[in-house]
Amino acid sequence: MNDIIQQISNLSIGFKSKKGKEISILRKINLNIKKGETVGIVGESGSGKSTLALAMMGFVKQGLFTIDGECKFENLNLLKMSNKDLEEIRGRKIAMIPQNAGQSLTPNLKIGYQIEEALKLHTKLNVSERQKKISELLNKVRLPSPETIALRYPHELSGGQQQRVAIAMALAGNPNLLLLDEPTTGLDVTTQAHVLEVLKDIAKDTGTSMVYVSHDLGAIAQVSDRVVVMYAGEIVLEGPVRKILKDPIHPYANGLLKSIPKLSLKGLPNSMPGSQPQSDKIEIGCSFYERCNISSEKCKKNSPELNYLEEIDVHVRCFNFKDLKDFNKTTEFKNNEFSEKKTSENILKLNNLSISYAKQNFIDQFLGRIKDSNPTVKDINIEINKGETLSLVGESGSGKSTILKSIAGLLKIQDGKIIFNEKDFLSDNLKARSPNNLRAIQLIFQNPDESLNPSHTVEEILSQPLKLYFNLQGQELKKNISDLLQKVRLGDFYMQRYPRQLSGGEKQRVAVARAFAANPDIILCDEVTSALDVSVQAAVLDLLKQLKKDFNTTYIFVSHDLAVVKAISDRVAVLYQGRLCEIGLSESVYKFPSHPYTEVLLGAVLEPDPDIKPRLIAEDIVEERPPEKGCTFQGRCPRILGDKCKNETPPWQIGLNGHAIRCHIEINELDRIQKKELLNGQQK
Amino acid sequence: MFFLISKRVALGLITLFIVSLITFIGVEVLPGDACTVYLEREAYGDALAACYKRLGLDISAFDRYLIWATNTLQLDFGFSLSGQMPINEILGPRIKNSMVLATTAILIGIPFALILGIITALWRDKMPDIIISSLAIFSMTIPEFISSTLLILIVAIWLGWLPGIVIVPSDVTVMELLSNIILPVIAISMIMTAHMLRMVRSSVIQVMASDYVQMSILKGVPYWRMVFKHVLPNALLPAINVVALTIAWLLGGVVVTEVVFNYPGLGRLVIESISNRDLPVVQALALILASIYVGINLIADLLTLVLNPRLKTLQTRK
Amino acid sequence: MNDQVSINNNIKKNPSKFFEVIKTMVSKPSGLIGLSIVCFHILLAIISPLITPHDFKAINPSLMLLPPSSEYWFGTDHLGRDVFTRTILGGRVAILVTFFGSLIALTWGGLLGIFCGLVGGKIDDIVMRIVDAFLAIPWILAMLLIVSILGTSINVLIPALGLFYGKGIVRVARAATHDVIAKDFIVSARARGHSNFSIIWNEILPNVRDAILVEGAMRWSWMLLGFSSLSFLGFGVSPPTPDWGLMISNARGLMSFAHWAVLAPITCLSSLIIGINLSADAFAKALGIDRTTKAPV
Repeated sequence: MNDIIQQISNLSIGFKSKKGKEISILRKINLNIKKGETVGIVGESGSGKSTLALAMMGFVKQGLFTIDGECKFENLNLLKMSNKDLEEIRGRKIAMIPQNAGQSLTPNLKIGYQIEEALKLHTKLNVSERQKKISELLNKVRLPSPETIALRYPHELSGGQQQRVAIAMALAGNPNLLLLDEPTTGLDVTTQAHVLEVLKDIAKDTGTSMVYVSHDLGAIAQVSDRVVVMYAGEIVLEGPVRKILKDPIHPYANGLLKSIPKLSLKGLPNSMPGSQPQSDKIEIGCSFYERCNISSEKCKKNSPELNYLEEIDVHVRCFNFKDLKDFNKTTEFKNNEFSEKKTSENILKLNNLSISYAKQNFIDQFLGRIKDSNPTVKDINIEINKGETLSLVGESGSGKSTILKSIAGLLKIQDGKIIFNEKDFLSDNLKARSPNNLRAIQLIFQNPDESLNPSHTVEEILSQPLKLYFNLQGQELKKNISDLLQKVRLGDFYMQRYPRQLSGGEKQRVAVARAFAANPDIILCDEVTSALDVSVQAAVLDLLKQLKKDFNTTYIFVSHDLAVVKAISDRVAVLYQGRLCEIGLSESVYKFPSHPYTEVLLGAVLEPDPDIKPRLIAEDIVEERPPEKGCTFQGRCPRILGDKCKNETPPWQIGLNGHAIRCHIEINELDRIQKKELLNGQQK
Repeated sequence: MFFLISKRVALGLITLFIVSLITFIGVEVLPGDACTVYLEREAYGDALAACYKRLGLDISAFDRYLIWATNTLQLDFGFSLSGQMPINEILGPRIKNSMVLATTAILIGIPFALILGIITALWRDKMPDIIISSLAIFSMTIPEFISSTLLILIVAIWLGWLPGIVIVPSDVTVMELLSNIILPVIAISMIMTAHMLRMVRSSVIQVMASDYVQMSILKGVPYWRMVFKHVLPNALLPAINVVALTIAWLLGGVVVTEVVFNYPGLGRLVIESISNRDLPVVQALALILASIYVGINLIADLLTLVLNPRLKTLQTRK
Repeated sequence: MNDQVSINNNIKKNPSKFFEVIKTMVSKPSGLIGLSIVCFHILLAIISPLITPHDFKAINPSLMLLPPSSEYWFGTDHLGRDVFTRTILGGRVAILVTFFGSLIALTWGGLLGIFCGLVGGKIDDIVMRIVDAFLAIPWILAMLLIVSILGTSINVLIPALGLFYGKGIVRVARAATHDVIAKDFIVSARARGHSNFSIIWNEILPNVRDAILVEGAMRWSWMLLGFSSLSFLGFGVSPPTPDWGLMISNARGLMSFAHWAVLAPITCLSSLIIGINLSADAFAKALGIDRTTKAPV
């Protein structure tokens, strides 16, 4: 028993609804954290995982209260302690690394001050020792030049740097337990991978226990020893990381893992129907009953207990989990090809497109010139064929959303042309575009909360494009709306609902329906699944695939998630700082030879498999603007040749099947080196 | 940084210029002119001509504006019709008196507002907050003349503690003034404090709900340290603007209060000069009061600029 | 596989928003009190001419300053007039003037604010500067000036008050428009090619309307305050029309021995202002507008 540092027994936390009913967010949680181990807590939004993490510090948010149970740390029940006593433990024995570090650092205090504050409170070091320790901590989280960083204010740092500072601050008191609440959400792919490395090293060096809460199974796979899966406020599955992620024996976890696109597998994953029940709508019986495909009559009326299976060291909450074992054999996705009809007819051409965000000075404005020698997006040449799915991939600052918006006509073009259907030149002034062209290109946005007008009903939202483009009215209008809703698998009764009454997935479906209402030729998808829960993502992708088949639409898809992109794209274009690096068929881009940046991106992807480790190749530097001359990736390229890359723009080299890479290294040479390194297992 | 400051100052000056234009044009546009309005039924013949000569109304509006503007810049506000003396001489003592009133009210009001605002925020929805906030809302919503009148009724008449009305001539020394102005000061600072208190309260509440305050709790920072180091500096920055706004409100509120208490300040001069239809004085007052308003807002703007860490570092990072 | 996303079939039709809002407002005690007071005063203003026991103009020096009695429920004032009659009639002009003044303020303030929010950039800056400069002059001084020259008729007071109290609405409308414009659903409408007019009317206005209405309600209470101050100073209603502000001004010199003459109008005026305030607050909460972080009252 001595090596258990945190013991949670029978914990239930909830709130009182307006009608006085007691609603639980956490229900009867039992969990032990051992010394030196990292436990990953997985769940979607609404599963209660953040509440659980906070409870482990004795913190219960305003409006919530402990219904039952306790949270014991070193034999003290944290939930019953006074705030004053808790001050002894927080920051010192248990430390938290929050989700949004940028918001969690006090804006008026310098970084060094905030870390020193933690040291002052939790250690007995004197002034000079503290200064040394601050440098030490900042070095540990791999922040360069700690002296300069210590003098900065939080808003002067990038997201990745802020997150590392939060980690350093948490380590200041030498805690026994670290709680991390989605620490890498919102960070770039490569930054994420680096931050996780830092965390893993810290766990190894200091022997600190960690509790890592996230919805990202890839991140969980990399850091955890044990995994806990939460659903609707309960633990449904718990066990060693390999067992849980490679062979999940709870239908929810099983479905969840199946619904995530993976680099190692082909095609579109199968989605789970339905969504997680909200905390005030949980009734008797198993909370997963509605969505389960191995459920029986028993599951409807009885709630299963969490049973311990000793042979495999797994806790599972299911009556029929044994039936699941057979399903597991089919780890291959069914042949879910995303695109079926592909033609070679050209539908959209981007010709030498350059877009700039720079503010013009007065004289240039007066003369109507836009002059920026180093524009945000430069020299984009892409041809898109009718019926295909082309994805634009890159991290923040890559310009992928910028290109999409300019195709939609929302941004001024500095240079170059956009040609639709081989004859129409699309103006960057929306008013100059013909009504047909406006109809033919539709846009779906990332955040469903913001892309639907909150004061309109679903019916009003869907009637807008129908009225605008087709002049439909009355009965005909209503019938069309009803058809659209059906196509996105929402019933007629959704027509009278307001967006605030819909879930995230439902709202996104309405947004999809709205885009398809115009019967468009091209649909621009701007990170349309990034704001959705994992299990809902798959359903929306599935929907997009189905609609594409029905309408024969062309998709231009923007995302930072390489696995999703691989699952749905025919062709992929990789962007860095607004310049094209690589473009080609999906299969070609995901295999060698790759542009060095693509290599970095692919290496940093986190697969939900603990045995597949990311490869960290490039430094995690944030670039503010593209370089004036030479290759755009010169600042971070691990394969940089020297001055050539800094001064000369790299040429396009064409490989098999039109696969194009823009690099000074000769393409066959690149292929050879990359394949050799992979064979030699040069992986971190 | 310097650029930002000078930009703000320039904008302030432009605002003043626009104000002077509006004042001047406003008076021009109203039917009649200063002389006909003042002289009313006797506005004809020699009397009228003499008045025009004296006020310089016999030249074109444009020239008049230029003369008025240049004079004003040299702090010469012209001639009062009803007082038959240069306006500057009237303004002097009045400004002094109103300054005494306003300054005392501000010196009392601001510290009170800060402390009470913080208290009501930290003990939100508990007894201290409910009592203080209710009183504050009461003070804010009741018109000044009512609260002043009630003050006189309760304190001067029923309780007899203090004199209700100020009965001193306008050119009295500051010390003599102070002993007479307790009630007016209370009347004004009550309302001022109420406004500022509520804003401080909402600012502190907002900051207390922020992520970084939650983080400092989770970091183990003791409560009072968190309040003083993490909460207050961030909550009080926007309060500077409110203080400025409230002081600006003071310019209007002081009029009514001075009438109720019969206090010989600028506010009462406003009423007097309007009742007497002494337009030159009204014009001068409008400009002075507007300048104070613009000036205070400018100072508040600049203070916010200087104290805001985000803006401070804008230059240094390049 | 069952792909129906939601199996909930019994969705009630959304009830009328207006009644929803009223219902929410009266569910809290402060909203209930506020709304009741406002309704009471409006009702009183409408029916009071029909229920006056005495003539409000009847001057009778022999009945000066009588304390409350069964004949004169609130006593008499310094001219022998029945205070009760004058009190219940006293709100009529005030409510009329300020209500319509508020409508004017709402209209011009809302339109200008939305315009500035939409246009943005230099024009927005310039217009806001001019508006600021306009109202740098203390409103009392400007109002008094206008009124002293143009007279105190309702036709002068209503537009003048409406003009001066619109500024607060301009700010709120502009801020609300800024908020809405950045949202994706506006971008979506633009990308689809909807006309500017259609975007303003269909997408922006419905979302901005609530904030403007709440601010308008608050402005009404401020305007009432301002109007009574004007009357108090003698620049509002002309005698013998009964008005609370004027009554307070007349009676305050005699407070020491005839406090009923001053307390009655004070209570009425204060209660109405507080009532409007409470109602506006409850209105804001019912609409989901958070005023604690944006406005002190």
